[in-house]
Amino acid sequence: MSHPIPHFFQHNHNKTAFGRLLRNHLLTVLCVFLSCITIVPLFSLLYLLFKKGGSFLSLSIFTELPASPGLEGGGFGNAILGTLMMVGIATFFSGPIGILGAIFIAEYAPLSRLARTVRFVAKLLTGIPSIICGAFAFAMIVLTTGHFSALAGGVALAVLMLPTILITSELALLGVSSSYRDASYGLGATPFQTIWCIVLPEALPAMMRGMMLAVARAAGETAPILFTALFSQGWPRSILEPMASLSVLIYNFSALPYPYQVQMAWTASLVLVGMVTGINLIAQWAFCKKI
Amino acid sequence: MSFLSRQSNYWKRIDYFHLFCWGASIATVLLFALIICEIISKAAPAIQEFGWHFLTGSEWRPNRDIYGVFPMIIGTAASSFIALFLALPLGVSVSLFLSENFLPATPRHFFRMMIEMLAATPSVVYGLWGIFTVVPLVHHYGNMIARHSHSLPFLKGPAYGNSLLTASLVLSLMILPTIASLSRSALEAVPQSLREGAYALGATRWETILHVRIPYAAPGIIAAAILALGRAMGETMAVAMLIGNSQCFTLSLFSPSNTLSALLANQFAEADGLQISALMYVALILVILTLGTNFLGEIIRRHMQKITAEGH
Repeated sequence: MSHPIPHFFQHNHNKTAFGRLLRNHLLTVLCVFLSCITIVPLFSLLYLLFKKGGSFLSLSIFTELPASPGLEGGGFGNAILGTLMMVGIATFFSGPIGILGAIFIAEYAPLSRLARTVRFVAKLLTGIPSIICGAFAFAMIVLTTGHFSALAGGVALAVLMLPTILITSELALLGVSSSYRDASYGLGATPFQTIWCIVLPEALPAMMRGMMLAVARAAGETAPILFTALFSQGWPRSILEPMASLSVLIYNFSALPYPYQVQMAWTASLVLVGMVTGINLIAQWAFCKKI
Repeated sequence: MSFLSRQSNYWKRIDYFHLFCWGASIATVLLFALIICEIISKAAPAIQEFGWHFLTGSEWRPNRDIYGVFPMIIGTAASSFIALFLALPLGVSVSLFLSENFLPATPRHFFRMMIEMLAATPSVVYGLWGIFTVVPLVHHYGNMIARHSHSLPFLKGPAYGNSLLTASLVLSLMILPTIASLSRSALEAVPQSLREGAYALGATRWETILHVRIPYAAPGIIAAAILALGRAMGETMAVAMLIGNSQCFTLSLFSPSNTLSALLANQFAEADGLQISALMYVALILVILTLGTNFLGEIIRRHMQKITAEGH
């Protein structure tokens, strides 16, 4: 026999059954214990979010501008609007490119050299830290135009979202059964008709889900917009001006020595976590049914 | 006849949609090239000015145009390795917990949702949470530990709340979901027949886990760990809020330190002149570090998969 005897059989013939059973149960207890430890910080986080952030939650938070540091009152309506606008800009850029690119690498030329390069690049882009997207947008737009702008923040977020959208959309397209395509071609449809009328409608829910996940991730990011969109005290006026965002507001206010601003940071965190979780849940439920 | 000719034209027409899709693919590739080129070109003045001394210098003084990132490189490596060291056992045990039936399905499902929520929480919220919970803890217990360990350089006091250890603890929490979900999929890819074979030979549950499932899933678990390491190196906001941002080189876990990404986050908005170039150089180093880590992970995974495949 060339097959080696499994380790546990070699080691255990001189151990008692009781010892093995005891070890088994001890390891189970250890595993459950370690797993439960990981949940403790999350409970602590949620508790603090609701306790510190929840107490300030009111309608004026969403409609008013932040007060100057040291003063009380105000909200962060401009930051919420700013986050939504910048994520919108990012989706405007990365959505079409990601989806069209995914259609190319999944439908038109899955085995071509370009498709392999795109997959490789998408993988590399997912590995790039988010702050590098910020540095890129800073070099590209802020240094060229000479001022910080929401557009630069949106572009930085778009770079961050692109690989996620591309990869999830490719998976969504690959999930469509190839018999649909064969039937469509068999009826004489062109590649465009097959993709547009048959494959895309079928893959759309999964694609939208991938897009929503990318949006949720981008909404919570701080590093790419910290030194591209910067922050502003007023309402967003133009995408060529600095713009406030929830995540940068949390970062700025958390470092201030005033308790009121720190409270605001917690409230903003609660709103941000609520937004991100909400988008994730919508993605999971609304677009899950059709698949 | 007209019908037939229309049909043939129908096929000959240029598929503009194809062109758009091709363009989008090219744009993706070009975007990556553009990112690298843009960073290198903006870093060029600093690369010419400082060369390799940038990596070994330990002073960062923008007002006198002296730039060296040795402490930040050490800080990046130290914080991410400590985070990985803490998160790996926890992450693997979570993945075992989720893939074995220690508890009934409902609590496990709840647990999985919790881990997913941990993964979706924004970095800046972790930072805020860290300031209010982990910083006081490290400050308090750090001083206690430092008093009892007189000579160890790694545990030297006085302990600050904003320290390398604080950042590493929060980082470990942030990379834990990555490790847990990736090693879970590796563990679930172990063929059922192997597990059943081990049980049939009389192995207990944990003997099966330790001698059959984990060795089989090892390439995936190691890849998960390296991917998480890459993420920890690039993680910015929570670290920038917790590590203390000191430009000095220290060995102690309880002293403020700095990382490459935190340096970028703190200084980019107010930088000008050569400092922007120096920061772009830092960004370039960070890109090389993270991409190198991911690349290494991929190579190790492929290599080990080959070994595992040959073993069976």
